[in-house]
Amino acid sequence: MAGWLDRLLGQKETSASKARERLKLVLINDRTDLTPEALERLKNEIVTVISHYVDIDPNNIRIDMTQEGREQRLVADIPIRSSGHRR
Amino acid sequence: MATVLTVTSGKGGVGKTTTTANLAVALALGGQKVVCIDGDIGLRNLDVVLGLENRIVYDLVDVVEGRCRLRQAMIRDKRLPELFLIPAAQTRDKSAVSPSDMVRLCDELRPEFEWILIDSPAGIERGFRNAIAPADMCLVVTNPEVSSVRDADRIVGLIEAEEKGPARLIINRLNPSLVRRGDMLTADDILELLAIELVGIVPEDENVVISTNRGQPVALDGTKSRAGQAFQNIARRLRGEKVPFLNLEEKQNFFSKLFRLNRSEGA
Ligand SMILES: Nc1ncnc2c1ncn2[C@@H]1O[C@H](COP(=O)(O)OP(=O)(O)O)[C@@H](O)[C@H]1O
Ligand SMILES: [Mg+2]
Repeated sequence: MAGWLDRLLGQKETSASKARERLKLVLINDRTDLTPEALERLKNEIVTVISHYVDIDPNNIRIDMTQEGREQRLVADIPIRSSGHRR
Repeated sequence: MATVLTVTSGKGGVGKTTTTANLAVALALGGQKVVCIDGDIGLRNLDVVLGLENRIVYDLVDVVEGRCRLRQAMIRDKRLPELFLIPAAQTRDKSAVSPSDMVRLCDELRPEFEWILIDSPAGIERGFRNAIAPADMCLVVTNPEVSSVRDADRIVGLIEAEEKGPARLIINRLNPSLVRRGDMLTADDILELLAIELVGIVPEDENVVISTNRGQPVALDGTKSRAGQAFQNIARRLRGEKVPFLNLEEKQNFFSKLFRLNRSEGA
Protein backbone atom coordinates (compact mmCIF):
# COMPACT_ATOMS: atom_id res chain seq x y z
CA MET A 1 0.00 0.00 0.00
CA ALA A 2 2.79 2.41 0.93
CA GLY A 3 4.60 1.50 -2.30
CA TRP A 4 1.47 2.19 -4.26
CA LEU A 5 1.07 5.63 -2.65
CA ASP A 6 4.70 6.50 -3.25
CA ARG A 7 4.33 5.59 -6.88
CA LEU A 8 1.20 7.71 -7.20
CA LEU A 9 3.10 10.66 -5.79
CA GLY A 10 6.01 9.85 -8.04
CA GLN A 11 8.39 9.63 -5.14
CA LYS A 12 9.90 6.22 -4.85
CA GLU A 13 11.54 4.60 -7.80
CA THR A 14 10.18 1.07 -8.15
CA SER A 15 12.36 -1.88 -9.12
CA ALA A 16 10.24 -2.25 -12.26
CA SER A 17 10.92 1.32 -13.37
CA LYS A 18 14.60 0.76 -12.68
CA ALA A 19 14.48 -2.40 -14.82
CA ARG A 20 12.79 -0.47 -17.61
CA GLU A 21 15.40 2.29 -17.61
CA ARG A 22 18.29 -0.16 -17.52
CA LEU A 23 16.81 -2.21 -20.34
CA LYS A 24 16.34 0.89 -22.49
CA LEU A 25 20.06 1.58 -22.33
CA VAL A 26 21.14 -2.02 -22.69
CA LEU A 27 18.99 -2.48 -25.79
CA ILE A 28 20.49 0.63 -27.38
CA ASN A 29 23.96 -0.81 -26.81
CA ASP A 30 22.97 -4.22 -28.12
CA ARG A 31 21.18 -2.94 -31.19
CA THR A 32 23.77 -0.38 -32.26
CA ASP A 33 26.86 -2.17 -31.02
CA LEU A 34 27.83 1.11 -29.33
CA THR A 35 28.94 1.32 -25.73
CA PRO A 36 27.72 4.36 -23.78
CA GLU A 37 31.27 5.65 -23.90
CA ALA A 38 31.55 5.23 -27.69
CA LEU A 39 28.21 6.99 -28.08
CA GLU A 40 29.53 9.92 -26.05
CA ARG A 41 32.62 10.11 -28.26
CA LEU A 42 30.47 9.93 -31.38
CA LYS A 43 28.39 12.86 -30.17
CA ASN A 44 31.48 14.91 -29.39
CA GLU A 45 32.96 14.22 -32.79
CA ILE A 46 29.75 15.23 -34.55
CA VAL A 47 29.83 18.53 -32.68
CA THR A 48 33.50 19.06 -33.52
CA VAL A 49 32.97 18.38 -37.21
CA ILE A 50 29.98 20.67 -37.46
CA SER A 51 31.74 23.45 -35.64
CA HIS A 52 34.42 23.40 -38.34
CA TYR A 53 31.81 24.73 -40.73
CA VAL A 54 29.35 26.78 -38.73
CA ASP A 55 29.23 28.61 -35.45
CA ILE A 56 27.22 26.57 -32.95
CA ASP A 57 26.23 27.14 -29.36
CA PRO A 58 27.68 24.21 -27.41
CA ASN A 59 25.17 24.67 -24.60
CA ASN A 60 22.09 24.18 -26.72
CA ILE A 61 23.05 21.04 -28.58
CA ARG A 62 20.92 17.93 -28.26
CA ILE A 63 21.96 14.63 -29.71
CA ASP A 64 19.78 11.75 -28.57
CA MET A 65 19.40 8.10 -29.35
CA THR A 66 15.70 7.48 -29.88
CA GLN A 67 13.65 4.42 -30.69
CA GLU A 68 11.12 4.28 -33.49
CA GLY A 69 9.57 0.87 -33.63
CA ARG A 70 12.58 -1.44 -33.58
CA GLU A 71 14.80 1.13 -35.22
CA GLN A 72 17.35 3.13 -33.32
CA ARG A 73 17.76 6.65 -34.53
CA LEU A 74 20.35 9.27 -33.70
CA VAL A 75 18.52 12.57 -33.61
CA ALA A 76 20.54 15.76 -33.50
CA ASP A 77 19.22 19.22 -32.83
CA ILE A 78 22.08 21.66 -33.30
CA PRO A 79 21.10 25.33 -33.39
CA ILE A 80 23.41 27.40 -35.58
CA ARG A 81 24.31 30.91 -34.49
CA SER A 82 23.34 33.48 -37.02
CA SER A 83 26.49 35.48 -37.08
CA GLY A 84 26.49 36.82 -40.59
CA HIS A 85 29.25 35.53 -42.80
CA ARG A 86 32.00 33.32 -41.55
CA ARG A 87 35.13 32.01 -43.18
CA MET B 1 -1.54 -26.47 -45.94
CA ALA B 2 0.16 -26.09 -42.58
CA THR B 3 1.51 -22.93 -41.01
CA VAL B 4 4.93 -23.55 -39.46
CA LEU B 5 5.15 -21.84 -36.10
CA THR B 6 8.49 -21.71 -34.29
CA VAL B 7 8.58 -21.01 -30.56
CA THR B 8 11.89 -19.50 -29.50
CA SER B 9 13.44 -17.16 -26.93
CA GLY B 10 17.21 -16.97 -26.74
CA LYS B 11 17.27 -17.53 -23.00
CA GLY B 12 16.59 -20.98 -21.56
CA GLY B 13 13.90 -21.78 -19.03
CA VAL B 14 11.44 -19.05 -20.02
CA GLY B 15 8.68 -21.43 -21.13
CA LYS B 16 9.26 -22.36 -24.79
CA THR B 17 8.49 -26.03 -24.29
CA THR B 18 5.52 -25.30 -22.04
CA THR B 19 4.18 -22.88 -24.64
CA THR B 20 4.72 -25.26 -27.56
CA ALA B 21 2.98 -28.13 -25.75
CA ASN B 22 0.04 -26.03 -24.63
CA LEU B 23 -0.51 -24.29 -27.95
CA ALA B 24 -0.38 -27.64 -29.69
CA VAL B 25 -2.99 -29.00 -27.28
CA ALA B 26 -5.17 -25.89 -27.51
CA LEU B 27 -5.09 -25.90 -31.31
CA ALA B 28 -5.86 -29.64 -31.42
CA LEU B 29 -8.74 -29.15 -28.97
CA GLY B 30 -10.07 -26.59 -31.43
CA GLY B 31 -10.21 -29.31 -34.07
CA GLN B 32 -6.98 -28.43 -35.84
CA LYS B 33 -4.55 -31.08 -37.04
CA VAL B 34 -1.25 -30.37 -35.33
CA VAL B 35 2.23 -31.85 -35.31
CA CYS B 36 4.90 -30.56 -32.97
CA ILE B 37 8.60 -31.09 -33.46
CA ASP B 38 11.07 -31.02 -30.60
CA GLY B 39 14.04 -29.09 -31.95
CA ASP B 40 16.06 -29.40 -28.77
CA ILE B 41 18.31 -32.27 -29.84
CA GLY B 42 20.27 -33.66 -26.90
CA LEU B 43 17.97 -32.05 -24.33
CA ARG B 44 14.55 -33.26 -25.37
CA ASN B 45 11.63 -32.31 -23.15
CA LEU B 46 8.57 -31.75 -25.26
CA ASP B 47 7.86 -35.49 -24.90
CA VAL B 48 7.66 -35.36 -21.09
CA VAL B 49 5.72 -32.10 -20.99
CA LEU B 50 3.16 -33.67 -23.32
CA GLY B 51 3.27 -36.95 -21.36
CA LEU B 52 4.27 -38.99 -24.41
CA GLU B 53 7.75 -40.07 -23.30
CA ASN B 54 6.91 -43.76 -23.05
CA ARG B 55 5.83 -44.05 -26.64
CA ILE B 56 9.01 -42.96 -28.39
CA VAL B 57 10.52 -45.43 -30.83
CA TYR B 58 12.12 -43.25 -33.49
CA ASP B 59 13.15 -39.59 -33.38
CA LEU B 60 13.93 -36.60 -35.58
CA VAL B 61 17.51 -37.67 -36.26
CA ASP B 62 16.36 -41.17 -37.27
CA VAL B 63 14.12 -39.53 -39.86
CA VAL B 64 16.83 -37.18 -41.13
CA GLU B 65 19.37 -39.99 -41.37
CA GLY B 66 16.94 -42.30 -43.09
CA ARG B 67 16.63 -44.98 -40.38
CA CYS B 68 12.86 -44.73 -40.45
CA ARG B 69 10.08 -43.15 -42.43
CA LEU B 70 8.66 -39.84 -41.23
CA ARG B 71 5.41 -41.51 -40.27
CA GLN B 72 7.16 -43.97 -37.96
CA ALA B 73 8.61 -41.15 -35.88
CA MET B 74 5.26 -39.44 -35.41
CA ILE B 75 3.63 -40.25 -32.07
CA ARG B 76 -0.12 -39.83 -32.01
CA ASP B 77 -1.53 -38.42 -28.78
CA LYS B 78 -4.30 -40.78 -27.62
CA ARG B 79 -6.09 -37.99 -25.75
CA LEU B 80 -6.23 -35.85 -28.89
CA PRO B 81 -6.13 -37.90 -32.08
CA GLU B 82 -5.35 -34.82 -34.15
CA LEU B 83 -2.12 -34.15 -32.24
CA PHE B 84 1.26 -35.64 -33.13
CA LEU B 85 4.78 -35.34 -31.76
CA ILE B 86 8.10 -35.85 -33.49
CA PRO B 87 10.57 -36.19 -30.61
CA ALA B 88 14.16 -34.99 -30.61
CA ALA B 89 17.07 -37.43 -30.36
CA GLN B 90 18.48 -37.53 -26.86
CA THR B 91 21.94 -38.93 -27.50
CA ARG B 92 22.99 -36.72 -30.39
CA ASP B 93 23.79 -33.04 -30.77
CA LYS B 94 22.27 -30.25 -32.79
CA SER B 95 24.70 -30.67 -35.69
CA ALA B 96 22.98 -33.97 -36.58
CA VAL B 97 20.28 -31.87 -38.28
CA SER B 98 20.68 -28.96 -40.70
CA PRO B 99 18.36 -26.05 -41.50
CA SER B 100 17.69 -27.54 -44.94
CA ASP B 101 16.77 -30.90 -43.32
CA MET B 102 14.16 -29.03 -41.29
CA VAL B 103 12.81 -27.25 -44.36
CA ARG B 104 12.52 -30.56 -46.24
CA LEU B 105 10.86 -32.29 -43.29
CA CYS B 106 8.29 -29.53 -42.85
CA ASP B 107 7.56 -29.45 -46.58
CA GLU B 108 6.71 -33.13 -46.35
CA LEU B 109 4.40 -32.50 -43.38
CA ARG B 110 2.71 -29.35 -44.64
CA PRO B 111 -0.01 -30.89 -46.85
CA GLU B 112 -1.27 -33.09 -44.02
CA PHE B 113 -1.52 -30.62 -41.16
CA GLU B 114 -2.91 -27.25 -40.27
CA TRP B 115 -0.14 -26.43 -37.81
CA ILE B 116 3.48 -27.49 -37.44
CA LEU B 117 4.89 -26.26 -34.13
CA ILE B 118 8.64 -26.28 -33.57
CA ASP B 119 10.07 -26.05 -30.05
CA SER B 120 13.40 -24.26 -30.36
CA PRO B 121 16.33 -24.87 -28.02
CA ALA B 122 17.86 -21.97 -26.09
CA GLY B 123 20.74 -20.10 -27.67
CA ILE B 124 21.40 -18.52 -31.04
CA GLU B 125 23.41 -21.29 -32.67
CA ARG B 126 22.65 -24.29 -34.84
CA GLY B 127 19.57 -25.48 -32.96
CA PHE B 128 17.99 -22.04 -33.22
CA ARG B 129 18.87 -21.80 -36.93
CA ASN B 130 17.32 -25.24 -37.48
CA ALA B 131 14.16 -24.21 -35.68
CA ILE B 132 13.55 -20.99 -37.58
CA ALA B 133 14.61 -22.21 -41.06
CA PRO B 134 11.16 -23.58 -42.01
CA ALA B 135 9.14 -21.03 -39.99
CA ASP B 136 6.26 -19.07 -41.44
CA MET B 137 5.86 -17.30 -38.11
CA CYS B 138 8.11 -16.99 -35.06
CA LEU B 139 6.78 -16.63 -31.54
CA VAL B 140 9.27 -15.21 -29.08
CA VAL B 141 8.64 -16.12 -25.44
CA THR B 142 9.91 -13.82 -22.73
CA ASN B 143 9.52 -13.48 -18.98
CA PRO B 144 9.01 -10.06 -17.41
CA GLU B 145 12.59 -9.69 -16.25
CA VAL B 146 15.71 -7.94 -17.48
CA SER B 147 17.85 -10.76 -18.90
CA SER B 148 14.96 -12.49 -20.61
CA VAL B 149 13.74 -9.30 -22.30
CA ARG B 150 17.25 -8.46 -23.41
CA ASP B 151 17.73 -11.90 -24.97
CA ALA B 152 14.32 -11.66 -26.60
CA ASP B 153 15.41 -8.43 -28.27
CA ARG B 154 18.48 -10.15 -29.69
CA ILE B 155 16.39 -13.02 -31.00
CA VAL B 156 13.82 -10.69 -32.55
CA GLY B 157 16.69 -8.95 -34.37
CA LEU B 158 18.12 -12.26 -35.60
CA ILE B 159 14.69 -13.39 -36.80
CA GLU B 160 14.37 -10.15 -38.77
CA ALA B 161 17.86 -10.58 -40.20
CA GLU B 162 16.91 -14.07 -41.39
CA GLU B 163 13.81 -12.57 -43.00
CA LYS B 164 11.56 -14.65 -40.78
CA GLY B 165 9.99 -11.62 -39.12
CA PRO B 166 8.14 -9.90 -37.83
CA ALA B 167 8.35 -12.03 -34.70
CA ARG B 168 5.38 -12.01 -32.35
CA LEU B 169 5.58 -11.94 -28.57
CA ILE B 170 4.33 -14.10 -25.73
CA ILE B 171 4.93 -12.81 -22.23
CA ASN B 172 5.05 -15.78 -19.86
CA ARG B 173 5.01 -15.96 -16.05
CA LEU B 174 3.62 -12.53 -15.47
CA ASN B 175 2.86 -12.17 -11.79
CA PRO B 176 0.01 -9.66 -11.37
CA SER B 177 0.67 -8.96 -7.69
CA LEU B 178 4.36 -8.21 -8.34
CA VAL B 179 3.34 -5.92 -11.18
CA ARG B 180 0.84 -4.17 -8.92
CA ARG B 181 3.43 -3.31 -6.34
CA GLY B 182 5.89 -2.08 -8.95
CA ASP B 183 8.29 -4.99 -8.71
CA MET B 184 7.77 -6.50 -12.13
CA LEU B 185 7.89 -5.07 -15.65
CA THR B 186 4.41 -4.58 -17.06
CA ALA B 187 3.32 -6.00 -20.40
CA ASP B 188 3.27 -2.43 -21.73
CA ASP B 189 6.86 -1.85 -20.61
CA ILE B 190 7.99 -4.93 -22.50
CA LEU B 191 5.99 -4.09 -25.60
CA GLU B 192 7.41 -0.60 -25.67
CA LEU B 193 10.97 -1.91 -25.36
CA LEU B 194 10.69 -4.73 -27.89
CA ALA B 195 8.28 -2.99 -30.27
CA ILE B 196 6.70 -6.16 -31.64
CA GLU B 197 3.16 -7.45 -31.75
CA LEU B 198 1.81 -9.22 -28.67
CA VAL B 199 -0.05 -12.53 -29.07
CA GLY B 200 -0.59 -13.31 -25.43
CA ILE B 201 0.23 -12.96 -21.76
CA VAL B 202 0.45 -16.11 -19.67
CA PRO B 203 0.34 -15.58 -15.92
CA GLU B 204 2.59 -17.31 -13.45
CA ASP B 205 0.44 -20.26 -12.46
CA GLU B 206 1.23 -23.20 -10.19
CA ASN B 207 -1.08 -25.33 -12.32
CA VAL B 208 1.66 -25.33 -14.95
CA VAL B 209 3.98 -27.11 -12.53
CA ILE B 210 1.30 -29.53 -11.39
CA SER B 211 0.20 -30.39 -14.91
CA THR B 212 3.80 -30.81 -16.08
CA ASN B 213 4.36 -33.26 -13.21
CA ARG B 214 1.54 -35.34 -14.63
CA GLY B 215 2.39 -34.92 -18.29
CA GLN B 216 -0.97 -33.29 -18.92
CA PRO B 217 -0.58 -29.75 -20.27
CA VAL B 218 -2.84 -27.17 -18.56
CA ALA B 219 -4.54 -26.44 -21.86
CA LEU B 220 -6.03 -29.96 -21.79
CA ASP B 221 -8.35 -28.76 -19.06
CA GLY B 222 -9.64 -26.02 -21.27
CA THR B 223 -10.07 -22.80 -19.37
CA LYS B 224 -10.05 -24.17 -15.82
CA SER B 225 -6.71 -22.60 -14.94
CA ARG B 226 -5.54 -19.08 -15.70
CA ALA B 227 -2.57 -20.34 -17.70
CA GLY B 228 -4.79 -22.79 -19.59
CA GLN B 229 -7.18 -19.96 -20.42
CA ALA B 230 -4.26 -17.83 -21.63
CA PHE B 231 -2.99 -20.58 -23.94
CA GLN B 232 -6.51 -21.14 -25.28
CA ASN B 233 -6.74 -17.44 -26.05
CA ILE B 234 -3.40 -17.43 -27.86
CA ALA B 235 -4.46 -20.42 -29.96
CA ARG B 236 -7.62 -18.56 -30.95
CA ARG B 237 -5.61 -15.46 -31.86
CA LEU B 238 -3.30 -17.58 -33.99
CA ARG B 239 -6.36 -18.76 -35.86
CA GLY B 240 -7.24 -15.16 -36.61
CA GLU B 241 -9.87 -14.56 -33.96
CA LYS B 242 -9.92 -11.22 -32.21
CA VAL B 243 -9.71 -12.16 -28.55
CA PRO B 244 -9.41 -9.22 -26.17
CA PHE B 245 -6.45 -9.14 -23.82
CA LEU B 246 -7.74 -9.44 -20.29
CA ASN B 247 -6.20 -7.08 -17.82
CA LEU B 248 -3.89 -8.91 -15.44
CA GLU B 249 -2.94 -5.78 -13.59
CA GLU B 250 -6.24 -4.61 -12.23
CA LYS B 251 -6.27 -3.61 -8.63
CA GLN B 252 -7.09 -6.36 -6.20
CA ASN B 253 -10.16 -4.84 -4.63
CA PHE B 254 -13.27 -6.33 -3.17
CA PHE B 255 -15.27 -6.02 -6.37
CA SER B 256 -12.70 -7.51 -8.68
CA LYS B 257 -12.28 -10.41 -6.25
CA LEU B 258 -16.00 -10.99 -6.28
CA PHE B 259 -16.04 -10.64 -10.03
CA ARG B 260 -13.21 -13.15 -10.37
CA LEU B 261 -15.38 -15.87 -8.89
CA ASN B 262 -17.02 -16.06 -12.28
CA ARG B 263 -14.17 -15.18 -14.50
CA SER B 264 -10.62 -16.33 -15.03
CA GLU B 265 -7.86 -13.78 -14.94
CA GLY B 266 -5.70 -15.12 -17.77
CA ALA B 267 -5.07 -13.17 -20.94
N1 LIG C 1 3.26 -19.76 -16.71
C1 LIG C 1 4.01 -20.53 -15.91
N2 LIG C 1 3.75 -20.59 -14.57
C2 LIG C 1 4.51 -21.35 -13.77
N3 LIG C 1 5.56 -22.09 -14.18
C3 LIG C 1 5.90 -22.04 -15.48
C4 LIG C 1 5.14 -21.27 -16.42
N4 LIG C 1 5.71 -21.43 -17.63
C5 LIG C 1 6.76 -22.27 -17.47
N5 LIG C 1 6.87 -22.65 -16.18
C6 LIG C 1 7.91 -23.55 -15.64
O1 LIG C 1 9.18 -23.01 -15.98
C7 LIG C 1 10.11 -24.05 -16.24
C8 LIG C 1 10.76 -23.85 -17.60
O2 LIG C 1 9.79 -24.00 -18.61
P1 LIG C 1 10.15 -24.66 -20.02
O3 LIG C 1 8.90 -24.64 -20.82
O4 LIG C 1 10.85 -25.95 -19.87
O5 LIG C 1 11.18 -23.56 -20.58
P2 LIG C 1 12.15 -23.62 -21.87
O6 LIG C 1 11.60 -24.64 -22.80
O7 LIG C 1 12.09 -22.23 -22.42
O8 LIG C 1 13.51 -23.96 -21.35
C9 LIG C 1 9.34 -25.35 -16.15
O9 LIG C 1 9.58 -25.90 -14.88
C10 LIG C 1 7.89 -24.92 -16.28
O10 LIG C 1 7.01 -25.78 -15.59
MG1 LIG D 1 12.66 -26.33 -23.68
